Amino acid sequence: MILSIQDVVKSYGNYQAVNHVSFDVPKGSVFGLLGPNGAGKTSLIRMITTITGPDSGAIYLDGEKLNERSPEKIGYMPEERGLYKKMKVGEHLMYLAQLKGLTRLQAQQAIKNWFEKFDIEDWYNKKVEDLSKGMQQKIQFIATVIHKPRLLILDEPFTGLDPINTTLIKDEIRQLNESGISIIFSTHRMEQVEEMCDNIVLINRGKNVLQGEVQSIKNQYKQNLFQVETDGEMPADILTRFQTVDHSKRTATIQLASDSESNDLLRYLLDHQVRVTRFEEILPTFNEIFIRRVEETGEKTEK
Amino acid sequence: MSKLGLIIRREYLTRVTKKSFIIGTLLAPLGLLVYMLVIVGLTKYESGGQLTVALLDEAGMLKQIPDDKAVRYVSGTGKTLDQLKEEVKEKKIDGVLRIPPLGSFQKKEHTIFYYSDDRLAPEKSGAIEGKIADKIRDFKIDSLRIDRKSLETLDTEVSIDPESISGAEDDSKYTAGIGLAIGGIMAFIMFFMVMLYGQMVMKSVMEEKTNRIVEVMMSSVRPFDLMLGKIIGAGAVGLTQVLCWVVLSGAVTMLVPLFVGGPDPAAMQGAMNPGGMPMPDPDQMQGEGMRLMAELAKQNWGMIAFSFIIFFLGGYFIYSSLFAAIGSAMGDDLGEGQSLVLPIMIPIILAFYITVFAGVRNPNSGLMVFASMFPLFSPIVMPFRMAFNPPWWQVGLSLLLVVISAFFFVWLAGRIYRVGILLYGKKVNLKEISKWLFYKG
Repeated sequence: MILSIQDVVKSYGNYQAVNHVSFDVPKGSVFGLLGPNGAGKTSLIRMITTITGPDSGAIYLDGEKLNERSPEKIGYMPEERGLYKKMKVGEHLMYLAQLKGLTRLQAQQAIKNWFEKFDIEDWYNKKVEDLSKGMQQKIQFIATVIHKPRLLILDEPFTGLDPINTTLIKDEIRQLNESGISIIFSTHRMEQVEEMCDNIVLINRGKNVLQGEVQSIKNQYKQNLFQVETDGEMPADILTRFQTVDHSKRTATIQLASDSESNDLLRYLLDHQVRVTRFEEILPTFNEIFIRRVEETGEKTEK
Repeated sequence: MSKLGLIIRREYLTRVTKKSFIIGTLLAPLGLLVYMLVIVGLTKYESGGQLTVALLDEAGMLKQIPDDKAVRYVSGTGKTLDQLKEEVKEKKIDGVLRIPPLGSFQKKEHTIFYYSDDRLAPEKSGAIEGKIADKIRDFKIDSLRIDRKSLETLDTEVSIDPESISGAEDDSKYTAGIGLAIGGIMAFIMFFMVMLYGQMVMKSVMEEKTNRIVEVMMSSVRPFDLMLGKIIGAGAVGLTQVLCWVVLSGAVTMLVPLFVGGPDPAAMQGAMNPGGMPMPDPDQMQGEGMRLMAELAKQNWGMIAFSFIIFFLGGYFIYSSLFAAIGSAMGDDLGEGQSLVLPIMIPIILAFYITVFAGVRNPNSGLMVFASMFPLFSPIVMPFRMAFNPPWWQVGLSLLLVVISAFFFVWLAGRIYRVGILLYGKKVNLKEISKWLFYKG
């Protein structure tokens, strides 16, 4: 485990932001930290990044309880991010890198490598305020990873990026992950969760309401739905034979009873001399699972 | 370098390399130079060159009046007023000065007349009045047959020289004046720096919060380090600026005589003393100058500089940490923060007012003694009192209190800052802020 959250509680005054949350982030995984606004994600992230401390419970990074040196092993890109506008790009990165414990020389080398990688060598002496928003995001990303953290925490990393830069950063994240860096990925955009995450935890109203591997959660939440498309008309008695959620002349979405298998449906169709052109199990999207779980676990928090 | 060191370095360098800082630091002494040049230039300025004036001395009281830079006197004796007026019209002379007979010797006032279409500059009219008055005095002395020598013995200049009874310190009549000047300047610099740099810290904290860099920073450094680094960095900038000003002002003051060759004492007398009062002669003035210098040298400059720096640092840390705390609690809207800034401004302004109004009247009054102990006032009030030789235990106690308070307020501000800096979109008041003090880390 790269990160282990154990029964963590955090309150601000009377407001309990995090309420006995526990979960583990496996080493080398891309981990989705999900939840509606105000669920306690930011409070949790701030504790992981040692910005604040938990009221009770404990957090372990790489087997070690969080301590003074922990920030140097973590790279955090907050959702609300900014840079010193008046500083030069190079000096800014140098400053942030040194604050993360790099020596001047190490920082210089790292900056050079990243500038070459992103093909922005001529940015060193540019002022931050002269860069476009997308360019600033790139610098922000470099600042987050420049000290080669063991754990990378990205809060909505793609907001404000155009498709080209989104792809660029996505590829970088993948490469970093392949090189062994564990990643916590906090987002609302569920298609990204399905695309990038291995494991997730879903937080709502300060509590952990769902966690596990993405694939197994999807399986857990599947409703035995199958979509069939045929070349020619559907058999006439399909409506009586199966529970049909939705159907038209040539397609049907069918919910199988828990005791039947997909092959039963297929056999039925074949027996009725129908030519099947498409046969597909419909897995729930993460969006649906997310909304369902959030609604089940409390009134909807403001979106 | 430690993280705190890195933060201090950045805070210092970004400010010191700013154009506004460089301009402000250089411009202030340059402004002083221009100001001094103007003053010196003005005192040397001749209003319209030398005038030629005909003297119509109707009673024959005056002998020849020596010319000076401002006026050349020609005799008009033997000509009528109308003839002389014609000469003015023909531009042979600039004007006519008619001195009517004195009448009674008892008269304290005498009016003389100047005929011309050009107005007489006040400076020149003052100089002329003085000269004529001197001549009339000479005339009266001669007419009354008074012995000049015995007359001079009548004049006695009296001055009070304060002497301390207990202290070995030999106070002279200059001590009070010099104390007032030194104390006043120090109190003003203190007030100015605390206000200026305290607010600079506040603005900078607010900027970090509103442009969200603080979220990034917080994941690398402790909030307390960031706050302290900013306070120390900005304070170092303040000290740098004061140091630059002292050095540059010194250089400028020494440069002025090179530019203009020093003020002309005679012209200065004319400008400052249009009534023609008897001025101390130059020898005596030199003596006074020497005594002034001696008095300045007698001040314990080492002690003053040392305690000034401690008081500066103490006052600066107290107020800038409070400003930092307030800055962290403020949202994007500067206007809403005004109600939070006010409680900090009041003690600073109060301290300054106490110094200006109570301190000038009696630097050792009960109010002043209290104000020079109270840590929110003492950084401004005590440096002022320092120039009046307060008891050493009072200075020591005041220093101790200020240092302890500085640590306390920095700690207090840190408690507020760490909560406020990460809080967005919430309007806060003092009650809310006081709750933050008890939040757990």
